[in-house]
Amino acid sequence: MDNAAIVGVAQTKYERRKKDQIFADLVFDVTRAALDDAGLGIDDIDSVVTVSNDFFDGRTISGMAVGDACGGQDKNISTVSGDGTFGAFYGLMRVLSGYKATIVVAHCKGSEGSLPLATNGMFDPIFQRHLGIDAISSAAIQANVYLTRYGIREEDIAQVSVKNHGNARRNPFAQLPMEITVADVMKSRKIAEPLKLLDCCPISDGAAAIIIAGEEVVARCKTKPAWIKGVAHCSEDYLLGDRDLANPVALRDAARRAYKMAGIRNPLAEIDVAEVLEPFSYMEPLWLEGLDICEPGKGFRMIDEGVTVMGGKLPVNPSGGALSANPVLVAGLARLIEASLQVRGDAGARQIKGAGTALAHGFNGPCGQSHCVWIVGGNR
Amino acid sequence: MARRVAVVGTGQTYHKSHRPDVTSREMIHEAVTAALADAELTIREIDAIVIGNMDHFESINYVDTYSVEGSGGVMKPIMKVSTGGTTGATVAIAAYYHVASGLFDRVLAIGFEKNSESDTTGAIITCSDPVWDRFSYSGAIPSLATEATAYMEKYGATQEDAALIGERDRNHAMNNPYAHLRRPFTVADIMNSPMLAYPIKLGDICPRSDGACACILAADGVAQKIAPKPAWFKAAAVRHTYTWFGDSTDYNKGLVSMQRASKDAYAQAGITSPVDEIDVAELYLPYTWAGLKWIEDLGFCGPGEAPKFVAEKNTHMGGKLPVNPSGGVISTNCIGATALLRVAEAAIQVMGKGGARQVPDVRNALATGFGGCFWTDVVILSSEKP
Amino acid sequence: MPTENAQGELLKVTFTHPMPYDWSIGLYGSRFFQEIKENRRFIGIRCHGCGLVYVPPRRVCGPCFTELTELVPLSDTGVITAFSVVNYPFIDPNTGAQRPIPYTYGYIRLDGADNIFSHIINETDLNRIRVGMKVRAVFRETEKMEGNIQDIRHFQIIG
Repeated sequence: MDNAAIVGVAQTKYERRKKDQIFADLVFDVTRAALDDAGLGIDDIDSVVTVSNDFFDGRTISGMAVGDACGGQDKNISTVSGDGTFGAFYGLMRVLSGYKATIVVAHCKGSEGSLPLATNGMFDPIFQRHLGIDAISSAAIQANVYLTRYGIREEDIAQVSVKNHGNARRNPFAQLPMEITVADVMKSRKIAEPLKLLDCCPISDGAAAIIIAGEEVVARCKTKPAWIKGVAHCSEDYLLGDRDLANPVALRDAARRAYKMAGIRNPLAEIDVAEVLEPFSYMEPLWLEGLDICEPGKGFRMIDEGVTVMGGKLPVNPSGGALSANPVLVAGLARLIEASLQVRGDAGARQIKGAGTALAHGFNGPCGQSHCVWIVGGNR
Repeated sequence: MARRVAVVGTGQTYHKSHRPDVTSREMIHEAVTAALADAELTIREIDAIVIGNMDHFESINYVDTYSVEGSGGVMKPIMKVSTGGTTGATVAIAAYYHVASGLFDRVLAIGFEKNSESDTTGAIITCSDPVWDRFSYSGAIPSLATEATAYMEKYGATQEDAALIGERDRNHAMNNPYAHLRRPFTVADIMNSPMLAYPIKLGDICPRSDGACACILAADGVAQKIAPKPAWFKAAAVRHTYTWFGDSTDYNKGLVSMQRASKDAYAQAGITSPVDEIDVAELYLPYTWAGLKWIEDLGFCGPGEAPKFVAEKNTHMGGKLPVNPSGGVISTNCIGATALLRVAEAAIQVMGKGGARQVPDVRNALATGFGGCFWTDVVILSSEKP
Repeated sequence: MPTENAQGELLKVTFTHPMPYDWSIGLYGSRFFQEIKENRRFIGIRCHGCGLVYVPPRRVCGPCFTELTELVPLSDTGVITAFSVVNYPFIDPNTGAQRPIPYTYGYIRLDGADNIFSHIINETDLNRIRVGMKVRAVFRETEKMEGNIQDIRHFQIIG
């Protein structure tokens, strides 16, 4: 596939609490910034996809809050309730169906609701919810399964936190740029065995927008396009007990289909940079296994081996990832934005030299049940 | 450019005020199974799924991942879209783009709601802005009541004119084995029902139902092999015009979103005279006055002409442009499925599978969704491939 | 114990816990409530594209897609454009309890504004309320104001 591209991107700085801005303010800012990035006006946009979630926003029909702010009043508009990578995929489908350009906007204010309660809402109301399980405790279960299966030490996954918080120092949008050591992670407060505070993402407020356009609009944008080479999504089973939590089968399925579309046979060799959604440290190596970037059980060695660090063969999360800012839903779109900036050569101090092909990833549901994988490239 | 897309199968549950025998997931499974049977497909042949509902009616976050066992989404691409009352049409339209894009050949669209699992008005109130409107808002009825009042004052329409819409749709429901309310209901019954918020009486509004609906969409070349008579998409248009309740209240302008969306849809479909070119309409009419005012916004008749147009039985079965052969929303309302039911019923009419509710020789069928802040989605299906 | 699919009593699980939120009001919204507290009047915001004055004030005009910056003071009076005496019972998600009925939900065009503001009107007698009547806001005692919509108690008909 090479007939649609990401031509404009924008994100807010991610922060713990944005008191001065309501959802619409955040979206208005990123909408205009994405248009400016592309060199387009609102009249060049003929399709709009908003991304939001009623639980996180505390509002039924949460998309209603941002219709004016993204210029959607008299346009064909829809709302994806899920990660921003899924919203972007819907945006792409609309462009491939004949729209000239779709803007995709996502917002989330983790500061305003109760994330434990909202993520408790992901679980079965009859059999699981009353146990108090939420995103963090389910992640801890998954981490335990994964670490036990392959004999991975807590120090091994702590390296992910060290790397990604370190990378965030070169990303002006990140919430938690930090210079820390494995010892700092190990010493940090225990949240849910085996996860410690620094193994977990922060609570974040923020918004992001991208513009996906067909060839006609791409030709008149001022920015270098990030061509969309491949994209696919897939969900596995729901109940945690029905799944092998250390084997991300849905991610593997989505990745293989995305690679096929993009003509990628050897992902480690052909992808120059990857942005994966890792709200918990152990997820990065687990997702790299699901992405066929390494063999099962080998993901935790990638930092030691120098593969996924800045300057490595395949740097992962140069932006600092979700560990450094996790506005839910927006976080997946932020991965896609970073991948686009990398292949454009516009990633500033965190630019991977010569990045021609980039991967972005997001997911929905407990322990990464439903994944979406994108491949973007700087050339057609 | 877009591939041509058709609905090739539909399925729905029976509808009741309360389905304590099934969970949402099991109810979804009933609709999916019925749609697959209708299309003579197995779940293995489905390439992707789109699902939608309104979260706070069941209080389940991420229903796309919650429901995979019911939807058939295990190891399949699945996506959730949600836009309030319009959700079902939003789901159908999202499924349409899945196929039109060329990325998927056979896509399953699912809408559902178990309205019995929460206080419906309480859940609807949470769609109002928490800072400004939630303190005083009392659900959909008062804003519809003000719209009705404005219409009556402007054109001299009566409460009986509106009640005829209820009588029509409830009588149509007698022909639909899946409808929730299947008892004869007359203008007098509606006039005698309790006043909820002037001029809206209990008989003027939709019930709350439990139910699910599924449609299967397929691409040109694939669709013809599945269905002898596919229902081709000729148009899909959406206008979610307003963000603020307080901006949407100039009722003298009519339903702006419906005027704009239908104009867009007619342009896509090449329709210049809707009343002559559309053979049947399945409209999301949550209350009776909508059956008057909104058919004017759709251009079925001129402003203020609806009471006469309806009284002359143009929109009854056998009329020039039958509206809601299924019995419509006044008879069945499982909110996240409601607008998908409109699309499914329009497809049923095009495919000639309507049984006792079939309108003869349907070429073009129009379906609408309504919801949010006076928002509209419009779909036009046709027996002719565009 | 029977193992066949015998139909027994159908059970349900009940979930009644509240889900708390802490919504930001934003810059202009905060100004709106501060103005009520300090000057007991409303403020709106004018669009330089179309000239409309919106209340509550917000940052973007939907039809024009332009940034709004000009706050304009309004009074504490307006006109009823629509109302509904609500007679049906429902659970108020603000409190988790049934909202007292009847009460009157009103659309009010504040003097100087072009869109409407919704609130409660303290009149439930259909013979004494009409579209077009003039209303005035009744505010809470200043020291009891909390910076939210209930700093306006209700609107009262003044003619």
